[in-house]
Amino acid sequence: MTTLHGIDYAVMLLYFGFVLGIGAMLRRYVHTSEDFFLSGRSIPAWVSGLAFISANLGAQEVIGMGASGAKYGIATSHFYWIGAIPAMVFVGLFMMPFYYGSRARSVPEYLKLRFDEKTRGLNAMSFAIMTVFSSGISLYAMGKLLHLLLGWSFDLSIVVAAGIVLAYIFLGGLTSAIYNEVLQFFLIVFGFAPLVFLGLRDVGGWAGLADRLAGVATANGYAPGAYTRSWTFMGSASANPVGVEWFGLVMGLGFVLSFGYWCTDFLVVQRAMAANSMTAARRTPLIAAVPKMLFPFLVIVPGMLALVVSPTSGVRQAGPAVTASPPALTSQTSPTSAASAAGIVPPKRDARTGEPLRDARGRVVPDYDLATPMMLVHFFPAGLLGLGLTALLASFMSGMAGNVTAFNTVWTYDLYQSYVRPGAPDAHYLAMGRFATVFGVAISVAAAYVAASFNNIMDFLQLVFAFVNAPLFATFALGMFWKRATGHGAFTGLLAGTLAAGLHHGLSLPTGAAVGVKGGYLGVVTTYPSELAQTFWTAIAAWLTCFGVTITISLATRPRQPEDLRGLVYGLTSKPTDDVRRWYERPGTLALLVLAGAVVLNAIFF
Amino acid sequence: MGLDLRIPVGTLFAVIGVLLAAYGGATLGQPGTAPTGVPIDLVWGLVLLAFGAAMLALARRARRTAPGHPSPDAERGPRVP
Repeated sequence: MTTLHGIDYAVMLLYFGFVLGIGAMLRRYVHTSEDFFLSGRSIPAWVSGLAFISANLGAQEVIGMGASGAKYGIATSHFYWIGAIPAMVFVGLFMMPFYYGSRARSVPEYLKLRFDEKTRGLNAMSFAIMTVFSSGISLYAMGKLLHLLLGWSFDLSIVVAAGIVLAYIFLGGLTSAIYNEVLQFFLIVFGFAPLVFLGLRDVGGWAGLADRLAGVATANGYAPGAYTRSWTFMGSASANPVGVEWFGLVMGLGFVLSFGYWCTDFLVVQRAMAANSMTAARRTPLIAAVPKMLFPFLVIVPGMLALVVSPTSGVRQAGPAVTASPPALTSQTSPTSAASAAGIVPPKRDARTGEPLRDARGRVVPDYDLATPMMLVHFFPAGLLGLGLTALLASFMSGMAGNVTAFNTVWTYDLYQSYVRPGAPDAHYLAMGRFATVFGVAISVAAAYVAASFNNIMDFLQLVFAFVNAPLFATFALGMFWKRATGHGAFTGLLAGTLAAGLHHGLSLPTGAAVGVKGGYLGVVTTYPSELAQTFWTAIAAWLTCFGVTITISLATRPRQPEDLRGLVYGLTSKPTDDVRRWYERPGTLALLVLAGAVVLNAIFF
Repeated sequence: MGLDLRIPVGTLFAVIGVLLAAYGGATLGQPGTAPTGVPIDLVWGLVLLAFGAAMLALARRARRTAPGHPSPDAERGPRVP
């Protein structure tokens, strides 16, 4: 258990004071529902850009990517360099003109304008449920972590964090959430950057890290560079720790899952829709892509370091660590690398007995989720530890706030105004938005306790995302770029895509997993080397099915008149003009620079 | 008149920077304060202070040079309806 000092508490309290102060200061600018839900479409591009990335910087990003860094190595960067970046460029250049130009207030509302009411209703319902559960899981992860690291009360931690998020969104609406997300972005950057610096210094720089991870790789049966090269070993699923080959990676992660998330998830798209002009909206994801490209160094590298830093090198002694490789294989490594392979990652423990868990081969299972938090405790002295923990709290809160603001908008506009009380005065919807913020946070707190009672709920939620987001991208791609797509086609395609995801998941299983939430419940027809590989192929099945069914049903049903689709479909909408003065501010130029940067990073770590 | 976000960001980081640097200076040389030999509280406190000061300077410059000249992409806070 780590003890905090007065200086650590002072940093945390300062942060809490500032986020609440920003909410209070912005309250006077909220007069209409558009102010509350869309920031009055007045946010400058650099602010909406940083909020765009920060809304995604929740627990899964900071803790999850650190965990994946420890588990898969630098190959985790594929989530960024072939996943997020191309998708962010695509949404900025090609999709934002329709989201922003249609004046839709939400992603489900765009679906209504483009297709019909039933397609909007289906998307709004599934999205609203996903956001509150996602927000609850962020809370649960935070409460669990603070209890584990600092011994803080789980109940008090989640109530205080939820209360602060509720207060600043209730007061200042989306503007407050966006402004605080930018503050949280800088906190996360400045809170984690010294961790990477100290960790790399400890192991002798990148070369030292690569050398030590080579030992871990060979101990686990891979080539020495498997943890520090992102593409070299992607020729075969068995040659890399991710357990997937290049085609499944590029199609499943790079195309379907990433485009599905970044191009259709209202949680992030809402930030761009709040921008103060069409050009600013298009630049939002492109500006966000610049720091996003560099985030692997901030969130993945600490996880990789946790596996190889010496338990005695920090300012505190690390707890009992585990050897990530089987004892019989450690003899194949050099004494130095074998000793370092344990790192500071603690074992995963049985919730009832407290004993370390072991896999089918008798090896202790490392608790990779604690890789980044253990690095903070290991390297940060009093003072900086306060900053690091505040950054961690900021990530949980920004992720939660993103979900809550997306939820209150979709609830108020797409469900309440559409199905419960249409035609009410604007002040009524503003009040409902504030009320939705309260019950959205309340459901999130309840979801946090649900998550605490089920071991596999986080895995389950990931699966639900794959079921919902992957087919949705096919719906949007056809809706925006094919004028013949119809509402009946879109609705049927979405349902069929989700069903296909369920079928594929039910008929497949990752190697070594038990039948159940991991799959195989309809019979095991095929197995995958890893859960990630299974998820990628599930997403591909969902996307292809939705794409095919939407086309088939659309061709068999009557399309809308072209004049009804102006501003909603490519080819029927005039190209947006850029209202910027300098060449590098143009969305097209920014997109080229961002893509070039991603290519260079892929080449460096190839 | 809107809220320029650089002001709260700059102020927060400047204050945290001063706190960290002062604490780091006061505990310099004590055991458990210099991981890998770096007095990190002092060093990082100064980095945060510099960042905070830069944000405040940018906000001050924007206020001096751009009042009454709104542009579509002006780096200002939300407008007053």
